[in-house]
Amino acid sequence: MEHIDFSLVDWSRAQFALTAMYHWLFVPLTLGLSFIIAFMETLYFRTGNPEWKRMTKFWMSLFGVNFAIGVATGIILEFEFGTNWSNYSWFVGDIFGAPLAIEGIMAFFLESTFIAVMFFGWNKVSKKFHLVSTWLVAIGSNLSALWILVANAWMQYPTGMRFNPDTARNEMVNFWDVLFSPVAINKFLHTVLSAYILAAVFVVGVSAWFLLKNREHLFARKSIKVAAIFGLAASFLTIVTGDGSARNMAKYQPMKFAAMENLYVGQESAPLVAIGLLKEDQKEVNHKKQDFRFEIEIPSMLSYMAFLDLKAYVPGIKDLVHGNPERNILSFKEKSEKGKIAIQSLADFRNAKKAKNDSLAKNSLTKFEVNYPYFGYGYYAGRDEHELIPNIPLTFYSFRIMVGLGFHFIALFLVVLILTLKDKIEKKRFILYTALWTIPLAYIASELGWIVAEAGRQPWVIQDILPTIAAVSQIKPASVQITFWLFFILFTGLLIAEIKILTSQIKKGPAPESSEN
Amino acid sequence: MFETFSHILLQQYWWIIVSLLGAILVFLMFVQGGQTLIYTIGKTEDERTVLVNLLGRKWEFTFTTLVTFGGAFFASFPLFYSTSFGGAYWVWMLILIAFVVQAVSYEYRQKPNNFLGQRTYETLLFINGLLGTILIGTAVATFFTGSEFSVDKMNLTRITGSQMPVISEWKGLANGLEAAFNLQNLSLGLAVFFLARVLGLLYFMNRLRNAPMMERVRKQLLYNAIPFVVFFLTFVIWLMLSSGFAVDPATGIVSMETFKYFHNLIAMPVVAILLLLGVAMVLVGIIRPLTCFVKCGTKGIWLSGTGTILTVFSLFLLAGFNNTAYYPSTFDLQSSLTIQNSSSSHYTLTAMSYVSLMVPFVIAYIWYAWRSIDIKKIDIEEIKTESHVY
Ligand code: HDD
Ligand code: HEM
Ligand code: HEM
Repeated sequence: MEHIDFSLVDWSRAQFALTAMYHWLFVPLTLGLSFIIAFMETLYFRTGNPEWKRMTKFWMSLFGVNFAIGVATGIILEFEFGTNWSNYSWFVGDIFGAPLAIEGIMAFFLESTFIAVMFFGWNKVSKKFHLVSTWLVAIGSNLSALWILVANAWMQYPTGMRFNPDTARNEMVNFWDVLFSPVAINKFLHTVLSAYILAAVFVVGVSAWFLLKNREHLFARKSIKVAAIFGLAASFLTIVTGDGSARNMAKYQPMKFAAMENLYVGQESAPLVAIGLLKEDQKEVNHKKQDFRFEIEIPSMLSYMAFLDLKAYVPGIKDLVHGNPERNILSFKEKSEKGKIAIQSLADFRNAKKAKNDSLAKNSLTKFEVNYPYFGYGYYAGRDEHELIPNIPLTFYSFRIMVGLGFHFIALFLVVLILTLKDKIEKKRFILYTALWTIPLAYIASELGWIVAEAGRQPWVIQDILPTIAAVSQIKPASVQITFWLFFILFTGLLIAEIKILTSQIKKGPAPESSEN
Repeated sequence: MFETFSHILLQQYWWIIVSLLGAILVFLMFVQGGQTLIYTIGKTEDERTVLVNLLGRKWEFTFTTLVTFGGAFFASFPLFYSTSFGGAYWVWMLILIAFVVQAVSYEYRQKPNNFLGQRTYETLLFINGLLGTILIGTAVATFFTGSEFSVDKMNLTRITGSQMPVISEWKGLANGLEAAFNLQNLSLGLAVFFLARVLGLLYFMNRLRNAPMMERVRKQLLYNAIPFVVFFLTFVIWLMLSSGFAVDPATGIVSMETFKYFHNLIAMPVVAILLLLGVAMVLVGIIRPLTCFVKCGTKGIWLSGTGTILTVFSLFLLAGFNNTAYYPSTFDLQSSLTIQNSSSSHYTLTAMSYVSLMVPFVIAYIWYAWRSIDIKKIDIEEIKTESHVY
């Protein structure tokens, strides 16, 4: 057994983050735009108005350009669990592999088959069959989101499983617990709803550009109406589910929550820092402690957000690291001792079994099971306790910007919808420019959400069970470094190509009626 | 229903599913094969566009099968996923990159302002066809020839200070690339490459309606069929003569057995029949269009395609059934993976088996959807009137 090089872990993380974040640049547009297209085609089907068909086809062509690159980046992610997180793949593959496989069988085939009908079936299948195909594409892509998010939610809140000491890994014992875990349901809803917002912002922004260029008025106004209504509905539900995410986090991942809120010392009736600037306190022995340079607080709001109780106690980073006996919180040291016992008794159990010493095997097993909830902490025994604290500024700011932008989107949807209904939108150039420039903001909000979720759960790959450092494949760090840069160049090249193609497709505008078929 | 199955039965069921997915994947790699022929068959811009569009309507299908193959392997045999992908890092990474560049090339090829230019995207399609087929063939060949790695799950419990556990370790020098320098592996890789080209040509015959191009297709069919047969026979004869990795069903101990794969063939007559039938169908599918070109050209893809599925399927069964280690380690025999020691739990396999009941339904809608949009053969004029072209 060799020594794991930390640059290996870091490069592997960087590579995963790179591919995931690239993938996520394309996925949300697919998730949302597929529904917007389906609405438009439904309107065409109902009214027979060729303008709706023109709109459907235009947005569909943008969908196609975006979809291709989403697929390209997705395949890397799937295989990366094996290539870069090989311990992980064995340790939890029994549970984690299943949603991935189901995703392929249930969702990807549905999506790719009916995309072909959607693009190539216009004159070959009946209008009804075509419409159904378009809906199936939307449903298929959202189903694929469901399964992958179930997998991700399980990593944040492992449930429905049991550690099998004979095979030395976790095994699924209840599929429905995995699928319907509260974290999974909430995560799925929050994520797909946020994707609908992004797609709605995209459609509104592009339509605003047409109006700014004094082109395609009817087309743009109709598109704005559909998208703004869709976006508004999604926005309100995003707030509800985002609130749910925060509550789940407080319950299942208190350290992530404390880091996201920069709450160092736990307290009752904790206030929520709505706006704040952090300052790293260099004089403190504990370099992870960050004070506020400036803050605006809402009293007791954090307690309410976390536990629906204005007086509730919210544990801070200090409590979670050093422990707080009054509140029944174990310290890092205690947890890692227990974790070490768990790991050691697993080894004892296996050895005793080999030596056919049944009583020792039984004893070790009991000891193992009692301590298993802290298994992952065992890998941190004797290490610096700061490793347990996620990156505070990253999660703190990411969260606030995401939420802030969420309110900006709501305001935008409301304003453009009202102006469009009142037929005044063309004259408000400032609003149109704002709509156009909100497109990149939607992408930023969306990526930041993942940074909160994924960077905030460090150092865990599987909360409390498998730390990142113990999940990685044993490869030469230089190899990972090379593939990181290869992917970086490849994806960036493809992204540039995608943006260039998208902008020229948009500039070309929807095809005129006559050349339609 | 599946709950009552024994663990080994479920493991075999899943090995069959994975094998079938792998077999279908090799058949569908006619897309990759076709991609390497765009410039050979298409002499003008228009001709190439027709070919790209013919292939472009099927690429996602191959791609999705690859993705599902990966997912199903992960769910049913996670230790393989962990050991092979994490170890043979470079082979898998190159395969992945070859597929990443394919996914965008169709959609972006002819789009205005596409940054890299049409020629680049066509080159990327070629690279995908070349690397994808050869490397996947080579990787599958290691199911018979073995790789150098060690696996010890109990390493999870070995922690001291700054050391972290490693379940599997690859000893091969080039993280998997060494497999491509083994002649036996390479012969399968090249066989897959030429087979994919042959299938690509047969697919063109089935869908294309253009006399001058058909003439080139027929010539190429012969040129590619010959190396395919040579490489494939090399691999199969070599396989029948070589020793294999036998597992003692009682103890799980792995040992070398001479003529193991030949013995497997004798021990499983059904597999032997499938293999022979498959090879025969592939060959008939190629020879018939060569002799009675226009009349029976359309059927070749179905005949050779089904033959390919049967052949690859039976090769996978030879690798995994009859007490054989399907992913052998030449470094440490006892680290070799078998369908028993690398699989998911009884519960997971049961749950997944219920999901597998959806597969016939999936195949049915794919077939129905394709039938309704692939009604007639295609030539340049048809492509020009389409609203979505590649
Ligand atoms: C357009 C994008 C967008 C917008 C406007 C919001 N979110 Fe969000 N958020 C996401 C896009 C997103 C996301 C990308 O979908 C994430 C990443 C992981 C996840 O589950 O969803 C996410 C994660 C995420 C998390 C972390 C979940 C975890 O760690 O598991 C929390 C606590 C919130 N969100 C809360 C909110 C709140 C209270 C919002 C109020 C407006 C909000 N989000 C708006
Ligand atoms: C597509 C949206 C996603 C984005 C943008 C994203 C983002 C990230 C980021 C930024 C990291 C690095 C965190 C750090 O190193 O501090 C990361 C790591 C990781 N994420 Fe995600 N993630 C996404 C989805 C997922 C999903 C769906 C899964 C699992 C099914 C997942 C599993 C992982 C794993 C295994 C790591 C590596 C271990 C680690 O460093 O934490 N991610 N992701
Ligand atoms: C890290 C975990 C992830 C993995 C392993 C993964 C895997 C994949 C793969 C292999 C594909 C290509 C499928 C094809 O052949 O069509 C794909 C596409 C897709 N994925 Fe992911 N994905 C991940 C994260 C996500 C997340 C977080 C979402 C949504 C919430 C998502 C939604 C989609 C969708 C909708 C597609 C269709 C193509 C597209 O949108 O452009 N994926 N993904």
